[in-house]
Amino acid sequence: MADQLAIGSRRGLKPALPLLLPAYLWLTVAIFLPLSAMVFFSLMTDLPVAGKEWSFTLGNYAAFFSQSLYSTLLLSSLRLGLEVTLWCVVIGYPAAYVLAKVLKGRSREAIFLLVILPFWSNGLVRIFSWAMVLREGGILDTALNAVLPFKINIDLMYSYPAVIIGLVHSYVPYMVLTCYLTLQAIDDSLIEAGRSLGASRRQVLWRVIIPLSMPGLIAGAALIFVPVVGSFMEPRILGGRTGTFYGTVIEDQFVSVFNWPLGAALSFILLAVVLIILALAAPVLRRAA
Amino acid sequence: MAGVQVANVSRSFGAHKALDNVSIDFADGGFYALLGPSGSGKTTLLRQIAGFDFPDAGRIAIGGESVERVPVEKRRIGMVFQNYALFPNMSVADNVAFGLSVRGEPKVTIAAEVQRALDLVQLGKLGGRKPHQLSGGQRQRVALARAIVTKPRVLLLDEPLGALDKALRVDMQIELKRIQREIGITTIFVTHDQEEALTMSDRIGILRDGRLVQEGPPEEIYDRPQSEFAATFLGDANIFRGDATGSGIKLPDGTTIAASTGAAVPAGAKASCAVRPERIRISPGAAKPDPANANTLTGQVSKRIFAGNNSTYFVDRDGQTLKVIVQNTGAERLAEGQPVVLSWSPDSTVLIAA
Ligand SMILES: Nc1ncnc2c1ncn2[C@@H]1O[C@H](COP(=O)(O)OP(=O)(O)OP(=O)(O)O)[C@@H](O)[C@H]1O
Ligand SMILES: [Mg+2]
Repeated sequence: MADQLAIGSRRGLKPALPLLLPAYLWLTVAIFLPLSAMVFFSLMTDLPVAGKEWSFTLGNYAAFFSQSLYSTLLLSSLRLGLEVTLWCVVIGYPAAYVLAKVLKGRSREAIFLLVILPFWSNGLVRIFSWAMVLREGGILDTALNAVLPFKINIDLMYSYPAVIIGLVHSYVPYMVLTCYLTLQAIDDSLIEAGRSLGASRRQVLWRVIIPLSMPGLIAGAALIFVPVVGSFMEPRILGGRTGTFYGTVIEDQFVSVFNWPLGAALSFILLAVVLIILALAAPVLRRAA
Repeated sequence: MAGVQVANVSRSFGAHKALDNVSIDFADGGFYALLGPSGSGKTTLLRQIAGFDFPDAGRIAIGGESVERVPVEKRRIGMVFQNYALFPNMSVADNVAFGLSVRGEPKVTIAAEVQRALDLVQLGKLGGRKPHQLSGGQRQRVALARAIVTKPRVLLLDEPLGALDKALRVDMQIELKRIQREIGITTIFVTHDQEEALTMSDRIGILRDGRLVQEGPPEEIYDRPQSEFAATFLGDANIFRGDATGSGIKLPDGTTIAASTGAAVPAGAKASCAVRPERIRISPGAAKPDPANANTLTGQVSKRIFAGNNSTYFVDRDGQTLKVIVQNTGAERLAEGQPVVLSWSPDSTVLIAA
């Protein structure tokens, strides 16, 4: 793959230029410009609005290191990202397996649609419907009490599990999709070959299927982990008072406190931490994939 | 090592009978070819024996024990797939080691066995490569090494040489046969190449539409086919149809053809005769009939195909085109359009019940 790309770029860069140009232009305008504006902001003492005085400073970055609150929140956000990613693997991978290897034809299409559905619904609507389900006297509470002979009180609203549930629901389709694509590419005869060589279903899963679907698992994990660490909507609405995370603090700076410089600095620290984590994980992941 | 008994096995997919009451006894240590046209049920039969799929009716036994309730991984079979099915994420050596390592054999034993298996298929130096770095023939040999390293009781091969070009194919046929002899394993080999089946196997089973048409040693099937299908599918044959006379058949135009091999068909019943093209003598129209070749027909050469060591003549006779193969001995060649006499012995004529 890598050497194919290399050959492609050596031979085909010149004719490909007109094709690449729009993409580069778009990247410059859509990502580079706003990002550099944010870098600029993060180095200011105050917003240059209404004629306020401002100067360059590293104080916004220093704030992260001087107050332990931020690093504590960042750690809990990283933990949240890890947990949500793990749950997405636990739920998404088997679903992808069933879709790719067990179901055929129409039933596959139907289930696929159900998996994709969260993608197509509005994020806020999705979160508020979870609120309806999870709160005391909500759908889950009522339904369980109607079925169970004893009285239980389900009030998951404004709790850590509620945040997890909401986030997993939003992000599990990524895992299903990336894993589905790699699982589908695994020839059934490989599974049969493994079994004919004396491996049980479980051994075939661990030694053949999971290693071969590693690229999908890794892509899914990266697609989920990064945004979840910076997420703020689900923590805020479903977590209530327990839902203060790194992402919600950044959001506060932009939306309610109007301390854009601090918000921007905190985002860049998050970006740096995520990049460091991915860089550290890269060799391990490359060997696995 | 063990034989395989397939008894009255049937398998349907919906309304389609992929296998219809098939019984074959695969002898211990034998090399068996399953031959048949596309869709005749060869792969389906192999999958029943391997345990990837289960018969609707009938019984399969390996080494005398019924395997009805034995899952694939406990059947101790080795399988070579048409697309080789090598694990792309593992090196050649790890591919071959797979079967031993899932059994939990010690690492030292595994390494030694893997090397032995790779040496056997003459790939001793390529253990470190990945499957995608190998040629088709090398991949095929890795698949074979992987299948035999676990010392299976039965080796199942589903058109293992199908994807190889002719020259490599012949090399691999010889190699496969050598390895099979060396380890003496019961081998069931699916192919739709009749030549491959003839040259490699001890016995051949011909399948058609899920039914076993005929089964036996290659010579027997070739010399005494029991059906027109077997006669034309395994090798070439000229078929004559008519009414049985007790010692042969009478064609609609009154000509009789004597046959001294094949089925006993009561006089008057519909029957046919099969004659191999290389058993027929062709001579110019003026030549005297040969008394040893009691069956004689006249016709006209419509086409001659020269193939180096032999020539094939197509002879038109009463609306039928007969095929005659003549060794190239340097004798006079017959021209297209020339009247000829065909003659052959009743010993070369197989009577087949319609
Ligand atoms: N899983 C299945 N579902 C439905 N039909 C099947 C299935 N497997 C096989 N068949 C049908 O059973 C018949 C026999 O198939 P099989 O694969 O055994 O043929 P084959 O002799 O191996 O042919 P080929 O030489 O083309 O490989 C075919 O008509 C095929 O369509
Ligand atoms: Mg087949």
